[in-house]
Amino acid sequence: MTMNPFDLGPHAGFIIASYVTTFGIVAGLILWVLIDRAKQKSDLADLEAQGIKRSAATSQDPASEETSG
Amino acid sequence: MAIWDFANPTRFVRLVDRTLPWLVTACVIAFGIGLYKSFFMAPEDYQQGDTVRIMFIHVPAAWLAMMCYSVMALSSLGTLVWKHPLADVSAKAAAPLGAAFTFISLITGSLWGKPMWGTYWVWDARLTSVLVLFIMYLGLMALWRTMEDPIKAGKAAAVLTLVGALNLPIIKFSVDWWNTLHQPASVIRMDGPTIHPDILVPLLVMALAFTLLFFTLHLMAMRNEVMRRRVRAMRLKAAAGPRAASATAAPQPAE
Repeated sequence: MTMNPFDLGPHAGFIIASYVTTFGIVAGLILWVLIDRAKQKSDLADLEAQGIKRSAATSQDPASEETSG
Repeated sequence: MAIWDFANPTRFVRLVDRTLPWLVTACVIAFGIGLYKSFFMAPEDYQQGDTVRIMFIHVPAAWLAMMCYSVMALSSLGTLVWKHPLADVSAKAAAPLGAAFTFISLITGSLWGKPMWGTYWVWDARLTSVLVLFIMYLGLMALWRTMEDPIKAGKAAAVLTLVGALNLPIIKFSVDWWNTLHQPASVIRMDGPTIHPDILVPLLVMALAFTLLFFTLHLMAMRNEVMRRRVRAMRLKAAAGPRAASATAAPQPAE
């Protein structure tokens, strides 16, 4: 049985508002993650262009990368 | 492969780079199937009519709001007990995602409540405990931003996260323990789901799609956080460079 998605009944406004809001928030999350990645990549490239190297990039020692205590 | 094999952030980032294309593809396919089933296959509810279609986003968002906090609580144990190098990265990356999914569940719940209950909001146990969860996410995000050192911030946030985990069983069982407008559980029950398969299947597909979305975004946000800490470490190294050099040149006191 196939339904008609264009006939959402008397409360269509509530249904559409729910999906539009969810889409907006999810799109915002995806954009935030992508913009943040671009910024971090750009910052890393700037620092490497200045000749600053990560200690882990030379030693390959996991403990030399700052993530947690 | 043990979890400690991922203790090396470089290895973790390589793994994320390889995994993400598959996760994104699976997520898009799951959403495609889920939305098709939600709008073209699922029938109207005999009481709620078409507003039942709000359930296909409201319920997965609410499940994820709790699952995301559970991931943060496990990560906090990883920070405090096992001191895993990526545990606080995981917890920090999950907080904005959890806040977003909780917000979606609150908004869609309100938009579902108005035509069905006659009100956007009631201060009952389920709604209020989910609002508390949202505020806790915001509080944890604020706590991370108040401390310059991510390791110290991670430990403080881990303690607060574990205290806040007490809210999870309250949310889950609030509909059983107190009188509330919110309906009791109808999927995760001891006696099985009470929803007809025509509506249950689209709901489960959408839940899978949302879960894949969460893990995709979580891995991406974790990768960003690893890069942010590299940038910070390199800036600290650059700032300490001249001083470190002069300290090496100066005569050291005998010990």
